[in-house]
Amino acid sequence: MNQISSVQPAPAPVRILAERPEKMAARGVNIHYGDKHAIKDLSITIPDRAVSSFIGPSGCGKSTFLRALNRMNDTIPSCRMTGDITLDGRNINGRDVDPVQLRSHVGMVFQKPNPFPKSIFENVAYGPRIHGLTASTTDLEERVVESLKKAGLFEEVKDRLHQPGTGLSGGQQQRLCIARAIAVNPEVILMDEPCSALDPIATAKIEELIDELRQNYCIVIVTHSMQQAARVSQLTAFFHLGTLVEFGDTDKIFTAPRDPRTQDYITGRFG
Amino acid sequence: MTTATRTGFAASTRSTAGRRRFEGVVRIILLACSGVAVATTLGILASVLFESVVFFREVSPLAFLFGTQWSPTGSPPAFGLVPLLAGTLLITLIALATATPLGLFSAIYLSEYASPRLRRVLKPVLEMLAGVPTVVLGFFAALTVAPFIRQAGTAIGLDVASESALAAGLVMGMMIVPLISSLSDDIINAVPQSLRDGSLAMGATPSETVKRVVLPAALPGIASAIILAISRAIGETMIVVMAAGLAANLTFNPLAAVSTITVQIATLLVGDQEFDSAKTLAAFALGLVLFFFTLALNIAALRLVRKYRQHYD
Repeated sequence: MNQISSVQPAPAPVRILAERPEKMAARGVNIHYGDKHAIKDLSITIPDRAVSSFIGPSGCGKSTFLRALNRMNDTIPSCRMTGDITLDGRNINGRDVDPVQLRSHVGMVFQKPNPFPKSIFENVAYGPRIHGLTASTTDLEERVVESLKKAGLFEEVKDRLHQPGTGLSGGQQQRLCIARAIAVNPEVILMDEPCSALDPIATAKIEELIDELRQNYCIVIVTHSMQQAARVSQLTAFFHLGTLVEFGDTDKIFTAPRDPRTQDYITGRFG
Repeated sequence: MTTATRTGFAASTRSTAGRRRFEGVVRIILLACSGVAVATTLGILASVLFESVVFFREVSPLAFLFGTQWSPTGSPPAFGLVPLLAGTLLITLIALATATPLGLFSAIYLSEYASPRLRRVLKPVLEMLAGVPTVVLGFFAALTVAPFIRQAGTAIGLDVASESALAAGLVMGMMIVPLISSLSDDIINAVPQSLRDGSLAMGATPSETVKRVVLPAALPGIASAIILAISRAIGETMIVVMAAGLAANLTFNPLAAVSTITVQIATLLVGDQEFDSAKTLAAFALGLVLFFFTLALNIAALRLVRKYRQHYD
């Protein structure tokens, strides 16, 4: 691991955003999809070793902004972005930054589990292989096992590591995708509605896992479920029509929102 | 509204007999249409089989299958399949060696790298190549490609026949490029975008994504596209008639003239012929061999796709 998890203890429930160390930040970000102005002048500071959740009605731009954090929007030809996004203070859209390199530091887990049509082992070994992270086969095996353990999947699949990853259940597939993301030692993990295709039991397992992972990673999760945001995240951002309406401690957002639009959304008046 | 005049379900008396009769007629017409195609195939197969049996009464099947000499007009005539099979195989191999990389790489370019606008222009142009009549490709091979290869060969001191397997194979390769590229492009496009996103989000480059995720997922489909192309190449006639020659040489030299099964069928039956001599009947035996090969290849392609089809729900 490149984070020193032993030095910093599990984060205590700090109430104030400013007390958390900054990991990623956006300043004046605008994103256009063709003619659509999807993100409007957005600024935010995302802290390290915490879960930040993005909530808001469909089409509010939360997924678009998430995809800007590891430049996955680069793959969409009609998508243009202005403004600055930084990771540890370095502009991720800078000329000297290779999006391929960036994505090995900012991993992503998608809405629908998308394991590759390969074995469970090969799915997790994919990242370390392409980045040449392991020196030997034994190294690689260790890393695969370690990643599967961190994703809470190892015990369930240890006897069938060489069977296809697509044969697992939906929840297991999603944990496989998390293991796959962890295996390249990212600093940030982005999750785009990771539980929307899962049943409640599988969802509970993923949420537990997210809670464990926040000790070592900066996690950003987009979710449609306000209950989920309340359960897993320390910070919550409310998006509406492409603007960031409010961002703060999850407790405060849900109990005493400052903006009437947030109030309306969390009480179910629209969305 | 109709609710005022409409009677309830229990009291409805409308007869369905007329509608049923109409549905029945439609069904029979549709069935008859598909029946014609199946019946024609079976009829051709039966006729080829029947005439082949007559042929094999005059020429022993062993001499046909394993004979290394083909000269149906010689005295005595020889009906050995091996030189024709070798010629067919040689030309097909040359065609595949040309078409597989060209077709596959252009499919990868079209589906993974080309902008949607470029793709909309390029794909139809590429498919236009499939619309060139094979007789045009044939004289292109005979009058342009073959002399060019001959001159190029002479320039470096090689002895090239004026009609060579290489010329025929290269042009046949160009003929099957659109078949391979178009089918492969469809197959590669069917690989879900989520797999590409997954790979790119791991920090894989586009070419790593193609090589390690997209192509392995599409491989069974690509293999079956290539098998279909082989079957098309084996059955192709016009190009080889014009460019490969008639001399049934048993050779694997791509610079020599060879002959194929289809060429011999064409030459055996061109012009006025009596249909009871071994010479003309041989065409049916060759036809049977061809039929067997293409059928086997098509079945293989079908099975390959069924067996290895990835299920992405």
